[in-house]
Amino acid sequence: MTFKYNNVYINETSTVVGPYEAKGPLSKLFDKSYDDFYFGQKTWEQAEIKSIIDSVDILLNKLNIKNTKVDVHIGGDLLNQLVATNYASSKIGVPLIGIYSACSISTLGILLASNMIEANQIKNAIVTASSHNNGAEKQFRNPVEYGGPKKEYTTFTTTGCASCYLSNKPSNIRVESATLGTVTDNGITDVFNMGAVMAPSAAKVINDHLKDTNRTLDYYDLVLTGDLGVIGKMILKEYIKKEYQINLKNYDDSACMIFDLENQPVYKGGSGPACLPLVTFSHIFDKMKKGKLNKILLVATGALMNTSMCNQHLSIPSISHAISLEVVK
Amino acid sequence: MEKKEYKKIVDKYTPKEPRLKNALIAFLIGGFMGILGNFLIDAYSYYFDLSSKDASVFMIITLVFIGCFLTCLGFFDKWVNFAKCGLIVPITGFAHACQSAALEYRKEGLVTGIGANMFKLAGSVIIFGVVSAYLFGLLRLFVMGG
Repeated sequence: MTFKYNNVYINETSTVVGPYEAKGPLSKLFDKSYDDFYFGQKTWEQAEIKSIIDSVDILLNKLNIKNTKVDVHIGGDLLNQLVATNYASSKIGVPLIGIYSACSISTLGILLASNMIEANQIKNAIVTASSHNNGAEKQFRNPVEYGGPKKEYTTFTTTGCASCYLSNKPSNIRVESATLGTVTDNGITDVFNMGAVMAPSAAKVINDHLKDTNRTLDYYDLVLTGDLGVIGKMILKEYIKKEYQINLKNYDDSACMIFDLENQPVYKGGSGPACLPLVTFSHIFDKMKKGKLNKILLVATGALMNTSMCNQHLSIPSISHAISLEVVK
Repeated sequence: MEKKEYKKIVDKYTPKEPRLKNALIAFLIGGFMGILGNFLIDAYSYYFDLSSKDASVFMIITLVFIGCFLTCLGFFDKWVNFAKCGLIVPITGFAHACQSAALEYRKEGLVTGIGANMFKLAGSVIIFGVVSAYLFGLLRLFVMGG
């Protein structure tokens, strides 16, 4: 299902990151960073709440508007019952739609906001996506200090929050279209191999998008997937070629860009809902503003993992949503 | 695409775990822990004039303390990650599992946080430890004659 937009723009973005991202290759492009995982709070969950509040504060300050002028806040995170987004929203004070689609929250949020703006139901919206490494480890894996041996091909959840402000007022980046993803399940049960879990849903949404829009990949200067990591990236390239006869070119994965994979202890790249928007709103938008990229396809990839279902030996389903952005000249 | 065919692609790109290397590291570090334990037993029985049974209890207390203490200092998890099963299987691993869970949930209250979650990982060790002790006890009683 692909939606086309004529009247939706991303006016402003903001990024808040944790210690690992701040030491990574994109550190200079983030708006705010913290040196430790607590962000001056008592717990990791509260740190994630803080990152969302900070990010929205920075966003509204950049725009010089008050929260009462924002129509809708669409946001999500990885924690149970979306606690980070819900608690942050009580401070942000904007009508909230909390969404969960694992690490593909960012593009789903932009899709939903764009639909409402295009339909003239709202004038503007903020979209947030956050994650916290230790908070996610605590919820999905073992206690952080336990540090049980991990597979070398696993990925490392990013810490931080990325926000953007969308409206019908023209700016230099336009949301051109968006494709809603379908849940896929290719039988992968390995919780450390999230790239393998998510590659089929990324391939499907890319294929759906190209079919619906009658395009080939030549149309895009860059296809950027969310958090497949080094291994998932290679799997996607081969899978999409065999299954859909698509040759991925001008392709990258944000998991491989947010950290210094050689020198940081982050295994095979980043992950988490914040990973793709943090890279996009900093590095990619910077390139778009400098005229190096014009048309990009963002494919945020989400592994719909649940520890109870994994313990019941069920394989992990996945969903990815795609949005097409272009520079307005 | 069939799941089997997809698995082939996944297996092609997913690096294999260096099991032999991991086993060797675990063997050497686990073995070193054994030497350390034995040294402690000898030292306690020599300096404090204890029987080796009592000295081994003190050895366990010492290693559990060291494991917990290093976990609290925040770097035992990095050692565990390096040592693979070499530090998890010995008594230090049990202490570390309890301690790391306790640390993780300490902000959620004494009873509902630490109390309810401390044995999150180590609980299975206790359960299956007791069950296997019972089975071996029966085996000893009936097969080996007590």
